[in-house]
Amino acid sequence: MAKITLAGVRHSYGSTRDDRADWALQHLDETWEDGGAYALLGPSGCGKTTLLNIVSGLLRPTEGRVLFDDRDVTDQPPDQRHIAQVFQFPVIYDTMTVHDNLAFPLRNRGVDETRVKARVREIADMLELTDMLGRRARGLTADGKQKISLGRGLVREDVNIVMFDEPLTVIDPHLKWQLRSKLKELHQRVGLTMVYVTHDQTEALTFAEQVMVMNEGQVVQIGTPVDLFECPQHTFVGHFIGSPGMNVLPCTLEGGKAVVEGHAIPIANPVTSAAGRLEIGVRPEFIDLADRGAETGVPVEILKVSDAGRYRVVHTCLNGFVIKALVSEGVEIPADGARLALAPEKTRLYADGWLVPDGGTP
Amino acid sequence: MRRLSPLVPALYILFVMLPIYWLLNMSFKTTNEILGDFTLWPREFTLENYITIFSDPTWYMGYVNSLAYVTINTVISVTAALPAAYAFSRYRFLGDKHLFFWLLTNRMAPVAVFALPFFQLYSAVGLFDTHLAVALAHTLFNIPLAVWILEGFMSGVPRQLDETAYVDGYSFPHFFVRIFLPTIAAGIGVACFFCFMFSWVELLLAKTLTAVEAKPIAATMTRTASSSGYELGLLAAAGTLTIVPGAFVIYFVRNYIAKGFALGRV
Amino acid sequence: MNKTVNHKAWFLVLPVLVLVAFNAFIPLMTVVNYSVQETFGDNTFFWAGLIWFEDVLHSERFHAALVRQLTFTFTILAIEIPLGVVIALTMPKRGIWVPVCLVTMALPLLIPWNVVGAIWNIFALPEIGLLGQVLNGLGIDYNFTRQPGAAWFTLIAMDVWHWTSLVVLLAYAGLVSIPDAFYQAAKIDGASTWAIFRHIQLPKMKRVLTIAVLLRFMDSFNIYTEPFVLTGGGPGNSTTLLSIDLVKLALGQFDLGPAAAMSLIYFLIILALSWIFYTLMMRDEER
Repeated sequence: MAKITLAGVRHSYGSTRDDRADWALQHLDETWEDGGAYALLGPSGCGKTTLLNIVSGLLRPTEGRVLFDDRDVTDQPPDQRHIAQVFQFPVIYDTMTVHDNLAFPLRNRGVDETRVKARVREIADMLELTDMLGRRARGLTADGKQKISLGRGLVREDVNIVMFDEPLTVIDPHLKWQLRSKLKELHQRVGLTMVYVTHDQTEALTFAEQVMVMNEGQVVQIGTPVDLFECPQHTFVGHFIGSPGMNVLPCTLEGGKAVVEGHAIPIANPVTSAAGRLEIGVRPEFIDLADRGAETGVPVEILKVSDAGRYRVVHTCLNGFVIKALVSEGVEIPADGARLALAPEKTRLYADGWLVPDGGTP
Repeated sequence: MRRLSPLVPALYILFVMLPIYWLLNMSFKTTNEILGDFTLWPREFTLENYITIFSDPTWYMGYVNSLAYVTINTVISVTAALPAAYAFSRYRFLGDKHLFFWLLTNRMAPVAVFALPFFQLYSAVGLFDTHLAVALAHTLFNIPLAVWILEGFMSGVPRQLDETAYVDGYSFPHFFVRIFLPTIAAGIGVACFFCFMFSWVELLLAKTLTAVEAKPIAATMTRTASSSGYELGLLAAAGTLTIVPGAFVIYFVRNYIAKGFALGRV
Repeated sequence: MNKTVNHKAWFLVLPVLVLVAFNAFIPLMTVVNYSVQETFGDNTFFWAGLIWFEDVLHSERFHAALVRQLTFTFTILAIEIPLGVVIALTMPKRGIWVPVCLVTMALPLLIPWNVVGAIWNIFALPEIGLLGQVLNGLGIDYNFTRQPGAAWFTLIAMDVWHWTSLVVLLAYAGLVSIPDAFYQAAKIDGASTWAIFRHIQLPKMKRVLTIAVLLRFMDSFNIYTEPFVLTGGGPGNSTTLLSIDLVKLALGQFDLGPAAAMSLIYFLIILALSWIFYTLMMRDEER
């Protein structure tokens, strides 16, 4: 078990490093606390697998250091780092039984055979693999194989960190949920540092205490699932997390209020001035719908209403900009037009995509 | 250990190239030099041997004949093998496994065993000394191989593709030609490569089934070697020229070799 | 795999069936026909029963050829299969050297078989060949046209030269199909190079290696042209393998009956051994 520190880590696969686009990982300073459950969330190609491979030692970062408990491991190969990794596609040793698969990492390290037996049994119990120990691993289903991959990591007692690289990709939908809760339970039981890489927000938000959202080779926000939802630090986070994603509208800033298409809208961050491309962001959950006759609010056309179960998504239109609002069941939706009330404490100003800090930028 | 490992393929390539170099070396020497001195490269460089081959029809027609029957054989083998391979990869039918093994046994048949009966068979049907005779005879071992290779590639294509096409209203022939064949294009390429290869290198049947009109280059070589004594330079030049078509073919398929040899499924 | 039962699929197999039956069935019947008859050279045939089969099975000449054949086949398998695997393992997996290696290695496979014999003839001849000159220069008395030992050495070297590439290409194709994650997982599990070979690479190469063994086995049993051009079966009978012996018998001495009987026995041996390989392979695949 260990605390993992990434100090000034950057990585580039190519030989040219002039352009921003040459870097698969832009720049990273991060600490993962001992025993934490982290998720790396981002779209394909955002650099999350690169980051994972740097931590596991399969890749050496172009710049920066990797520390395990303040011990520099940047130049250590994977087998000396005491890490475990579960890959996207199950990796099992076809010719061996389930038992031998689980015993493999221990035997490679010359662990005494009686100890191996005891340890394999313990892990198999934990993963509910006990009655399959004698079977050939290649005959198992995909979720069984993924459990073996995970078991090979857990079986070692010196493991610093367990990493999951989109481990549920090949699992049947109805088993995904089961395996996910199993992982969560395991984390609480063994107390290991775990990092979970995925592009699926549900998986990330249910598994992790802390979620790192990545985009284009950089971390855009780290926080609890609630933070990410309520206070996105970047419009990308707003879009990527939540369904439907955050509404983002171009605006100008006048006297501490955002002005969208001529309508002044109060915002949560106290800002006097801001530079760059300005936008406001507000989640559909924080927009109220009132009918045309209301005193306040932004007047909009209603385009369509789609039903999403317990609530409905109202697509409205303000001079060509689409704004979505969530409306609970039973609330009347006016047919011709409406006024939108944006919750002031949840509406924020963004400059060039980033949340404008209190006081604003000069 | 790690640093020495590139040495293994390098040494092997050296081993592969040395005899070929020696052949090339001889083809540019005069008969005098070959028999007179032992030289590592030609002292009196000559193109005489190649000029002889390209100006004498009994020589160059050998190449034309060989290429002709190899091409015909490749076309026949792959065309016939395609529907059969599809049947083996998609359907279970009466005797399918036995049939598949029976096909493979023909790949095992010692060609020497068949030389004489082949001669009699093709004489009887009046095909003796034609390109078609050799092309048909070579299907004996090329069709089983083509079926085997194509079946491997086709099994790699999910059945959903077929089913979707039928749901979309395609007839079987239409689906097969317009959708299925393009999907397994790589497999067809590999099958063609193997058919070309085994037809091009085979000599015993080709020689048995031809006399003058369709005589393959390889047969021309053996007769020259025995009849006019020690014309080693000429023999070497002819041999060098037989390597050229093969080298061309390999060059074109070089990017598929690794995948193709996996025969579609590993 | 769940295939649908469809007996109409026979129609799809029909063209193949007709072509192969024409080429295989009729000649095979002709051979069977000869094997049970006696002729005195004037195109009249008499029923001879199984006498030729008994003759061949008891003939020392056949035994000797069979022993030579088995020695040859197992020697080349013992060299070519491990050598091919080692070369495939050490070959580069990406980069510009990959096509260079593949193309040069595949070259011997596309040379007509008699040319292969011719190449090795002029390469190994003691007076004019590079190999012959070098060996004799090193003080080794080497002349494959006169010494049985040297003839065998040359024959084996020629076959290794000719066919190891096939094993390399098959093994290499098996290797490159292994996803990187397997190597990464093995690294993390602390597996040694040997363990990676034993538990990842070898199992993944198993299918292609079975094909390699099967092909090399069948083809080496059928080998005719290359040794015929290289040594003509000599010196004496020392490199007379089964096919060469058979052709000598059938075309040289025109003993059609014994030659046909020998052909069939020879064919049955290959068939039996190949069938064992084939069933082992298929059983493994279905499990």
